[in-house]
Amino acid sequence: MEARIRARVNLALTFFALLFFVAGSSPPRQFVISNAERRIDLSSHIINVHLTLKVENAGTRSASEVVLALTPTEVDHLAMVDASAIKGKRKKTTSVRLEVKPTELPDAPPIDTKYFTIYLANPLNSGESTTLEVLYVFTHFLEPFPAEIAQSESQLVFYHDTALILSPYHIKQQTTFIKTPSTKVESFIRMEPTNRVGTEIKYGPYEDRPPYSISPIHVHFENNSPFAVVEELVQEIEISHWGNIQVTEHYKLIHAGARHKGVFSRVDYQSRQSSNGASSFRYLLARLPPRVHSVYYRDEIGNISSSHLRTDSLKSELQIEPRYPLFGGWKATFVIGYGLPLQDFLFESSDDKRYLNFTFGCPLIGMVVDKLTIKVVLPEGSTDPSPVVPFPVEHHLEAKYSSLDVVGRTVVVLEKKNFVPMHNSHFQVYYSFKPIFMLAEPLMLASAFFMLFVACVAYIHIDLSIRK
Amino acid sequence: MSNSSTSDLLKPFKLKTKQQELLIRVSILCLVYILAFITRLFSVLRYESMIHEFDPYFNYRTTLYLTQHGFYDFWNWFDYESWYPLGRIVGGTLYPGLMVTAALIYRLLHFLRFAVHIREVCVLTAPFFASNTTLVAYFFGKEIWDSGAGLVAAILIAVCPGYISRSVAGSYDNEGVAIFALLFTFYLFVKAVNKGSLAWGLASAFGYFYMVSAWGGYVFIINLIPLYVLVLLITGRYSMRLYVAYNCMYILGMLLAMQIRFVGFQHVQSGEHMAAMGVFFLMQVFYFLDWVKHMLSDTKLFQEFLSITVTCAVAAGGIALGVGMASGYISPWTGRFYSLLDPTYAKDHIPIIASVSEHQPTAWSSFMFDFHILLFLFPAGLYFCFKRLSDATIFIVMYGLTSMYFAGVMVRLILVATPAVCLISAIAVSATVKNLTVLLRSKNKVAQIGSTKGTSSAKASSKASLDQSQPFQKNGAMALLFGAFYLLSRYATHCTWVTSEAYSSPSIVLAARGAHGNRVIFDDYREAYFWLRQNTPPDAKVMSWWDYGYQITAMGNRTVIVDNNTWNNTHIATVGRAMSSYEDEAYEIIRSLDVDYVLVVFGGVTGYSSDDINKFLWMVRIGGGVFPVIKEPDYLVNGEYRVDKGAAPKMLNCLMYKLSYYRFGEMMTEYGKPPGYDRARGVEIGNKDIKLEHLEEAFTTSNWIVRIYKVKPPNNRW
Repeated sequence: MEARIRARVNLALTFFALLFFVAGSSPPRQFVISNAERRIDLSSHIINVHLTLKVENAGTRSASEVVLALTPTEVDHLAMVDASAIKGKRKKTTSVRLEVKPTELPDAPPIDTKYFTIYLANPLNSGESTTLEVLYVFTHFLEPFPAEIAQSESQLVFYHDTALILSPYHIKQQTTFIKTPSTKVESFIRMEPTNRVGTEIKYGPYEDRPPYSISPIHVHFENNSPFAVVEELVQEIEISHWGNIQVTEHYKLIHAGARHKGVFSRVDYQSRQSSNGASSFRYLLARLPPRVHSVYYRDEIGNISSSHLRTDSLKSELQIEPRYPLFGGWKATFVIGYGLPLQDFLFESSDDKRYLNFTFGCPLIGMVVDKLTIKVVLPEGSTDPSPVVPFPVEHHLEAKYSSLDVVGRTVVVLEKKNFVPMHNSHFQVYYSFKPIFMLAEPLMLASAFFMLFVACVAYIHIDLSIRK
Repeated sequence: MSNSSTSDLLKPFKLKTKQQELLIRVSILCLVYILAFITRLFSVLRYESMIHEFDPYFNYRTTLYLTQHGFYDFWNWFDYESWYPLGRIVGGTLYPGLMVTAALIYRLLHFLRFAVHIREVCVLTAPFFASNTTLVAYFFGKEIWDSGAGLVAAILIAVCPGYISRSVAGSYDNEGVAIFALLFTFYLFVKAVNKGSLAWGLASAFGYFYMVSAWGGYVFIINLIPLYVLVLLITGRYSMRLYVAYNCMYILGMLLAMQIRFVGFQHVQSGEHMAAMGVFFLMQVFYFLDWVKHMLSDTKLFQEFLSITVTCAVAAGGIALGVGMASGYISPWTGRFYSLLDPTYAKDHIPIIASVSEHQPTAWSSFMFDFHILLFLFPAGLYFCFKRLSDATIFIVMYGLTSMYFAGVMVRLILVATPAVCLISAIAVSATVKNLTVLLRSKNKVAQIGSTKGTSSAKASSKASLDQSQPFQKNGAMALLFGAFYLLSRYATHCTWVTSEAYSSPSIVLAARGAHGNRVIFDDYREAYFWLRQNTPPDAKVMSWWDYGYQITAMGNRTVIVDNNTWNNTHIATVGRAMSSYEDEAYEIIRSLDVDYVLVVFGGVTGYSSDDINKFLWMVRIGGGVFPVIKEPDYLVNGEYRVDKGAAPKMLNCLMYKLSYYRFGEMMTEYGKPPGYDRARGVEIGNKDIKLEHLEEAFTTSNWIVRIYKVKPPNNRW
């Protein structure tokens, strides 16, 4: 029964696709958004936009591709877009993740726009409606103004957006909520009906807006949350089949907020903490896997003594403090390294391969990582590595020579740009490895010592003198 | 008996006495080798694997450059980051031995597939060479006395604080390898003199070459060896062996040393090296005379010939020296050399040398601290040496006496004296213990003979032998032996304590005890240097007192005006003058030097006493030495140096005072004391209302130890 339905659906899909093709690939205008609610969270420098769309198929044929529109600046700062369909009513809702892909639409809209297409699990028949939830994550999107602040000033930033949701569809009713971190809002552009209660600004509800209608607004508000950005993170995971995984993380950290201007006064910073350096930060928290051991925290010129490690059976927390508090524009580089037990992360797959199952992400909490490079150093002698990552990444292979290596180790390099904590997920690297290679290095050492002793014995027993 | 059964069991493994002795000797040497290494690792265990102090940071930086860019680039390196705007020709102004050694070890380890960082190699270079020194000490002791003395010397030098002070892990300085090279050269030379073989002479020339490449202290070798040869000539111990050894060593050593760019032609041009050349010619005269004596049978004729030749030779030498000096071909002695011969010279003429604490004359306490019982064993050892005079013992006596004198002149030269003191003391210990054990053993032998014979005649004979010796001889010997071992064990305890407490602090990280007995770490230096490295423009110029120059370039990676290579006194004096002027005058100087940041070290919050305020009088003196506008009495009140309300007005308003105490007046440092209480000097500061006009605070570390100020651009004229 189910198979028949699916076959029919497939048939319908092909049919509609054909029809679509014949019609001349115009944007699927058959949708109408009956209700849109947008919640923008500006409390940190990672902006989360939750968009709830009630999509109604007003056309005559069923369709399964809903198009989202974003401005080019938004796309430049977009770290992630995620969509899910809401099923059920009231409390019994379940959400199903949907596939989202960037697409190009041929006809020129009134303004320069980029598109993402959501592929619905089931096509929406004419007259039906469904609820979609979309999450956008933007980074580097808040513009500090003034761009330079002194130690005692707090950080003010601009948020630019449009009060009306940019969409290729007609929107019947829409509301936008902007949540600011504090009640201190310098200014914001009104577009009636607009009202502000506490830390929330409400735009709307606006009725019956045609496609591509926009209305630029900005909010100028105080945001003293740490604008901590890791410009580059190189994480090296070295697998040793003798029972250890050594992780080394090289960080290039920067305070990406308003630049610090003029004096840094230690006496003010120490005695009047609340009003001084409000946007600066001193502590960072790294969440490491449980059963972590031999943790170190250092930089190019030596160990940094200000760190604390708390471990329990579920997680380990490493609180670190850079050598100095970071003010706007200040940088710090450091290295965190730790060892992990092998059995927690390395498994054997069914096809006689081994795989590493590790978190793809930055252990530091609340960080934006502009460029994340993960290098998985496989043991010497391992072959055909293949990474499995839940989102698109660039990858290539390298070779590395560690202690006592002769042929070098295979390194799988994975690179991801504009990484946000919401990306955190597991990834796997599959490879083949023969256990006999484990013995190569001990045998090499043993034979070297053996040769040395033989040489000594030979030297003692052979008379090398020329004269007799 | 159980004893006999075990011995039966072990019969196949039983070694001959000689083999046993060899086994014991080799295992002792191995243990000493390891001990010398691990006793120097206190600093790594207490702190971390890091480079210590000031000069080692330069050495580390150059080694890093050498490993990254290769030897040719290193040799031709012009360093723009120091002595701005003059720069420094690094390849031509350093002793490359240390860096090349570390780089070679690094290469070797990488060749053997050990992926170590160059920093670890640098940190462990000094302990590694200290271990090697113990081996050399063993062979040297064996050469001048016997293998027992050699073993004792190896043990003594392995833990001697005088040597440990400069060779703990992380103390990556020239001395670390130079003491090894020094002792090795001396050993090879003594061996050459004893054997009269060209091979050993050649080896000593290469040892000398290594020493020249490693440390400026090679001047000591090139003066001590001629002096020793001269003494042998005077005491009538001239021999063909000596002739071969000295000529080979001098000529080849000189030619090899000329390959080091920093030394260049000094061996033929500098006054400090002329003694060696004079002795070389004297040797030729001796050889010639020997030959003439051999040819002439008439002694009277020979006497006349001798007097004429010696007079002519001395006159010719004197004239040559005079002409050389007058024409400027031979440079006169340098100030550093003078200050060695005359301890008061530096204080009057070269304040920059006198300002360094390790150049001060040595106090008795530091002798005791560094040598402990060796101080008493040294004269005893000299006594034994004189009792059994040979070419080798004369050498060690001369080495010991001259280096002891130099150790008295300068604290840091205790290091040079340490091997000699250890060797001579080892002779004393070894000879005493040997005498005592011989005494004990001979007694036992007599007793054994008595017991085996067990007859009345034997009793009579033993009685007779007892009567010959003194009463309680055996007990006395036992007591003395125990006393000696007690003293030696005290020495070992003392050495370990000194190493762990005094010599294992990296001085870049300060550790103190907190109120609850916990360890508090002040890592302010690295905090400041890392801030400079990360948050200033890459071409920023930093002005500080010269002590911190090497650290700023190595850790902060920024250009400095002056550093620890104090080659240009005027430049340092300019910085001293800027620090001791009023702010507007100082600003002129700072602008003319194109300075962007000024760094001062301040210990008023933590009570860290070696800060810039305590060094300030030296800045005044060095600045005043070149620029007479700076006068020391302006900064003193009745000859007293103070920073409180009674301080001199110029003191209260000079740049150094302002930069150190800027906004310190608002700071509560100690409970029950007024704000602005300086804990390093124990007074309330005199000027609490400090306004800065041309500089602004850019960064102050968490414990205020390092304060960095940014130089403001000049005001617009319109």
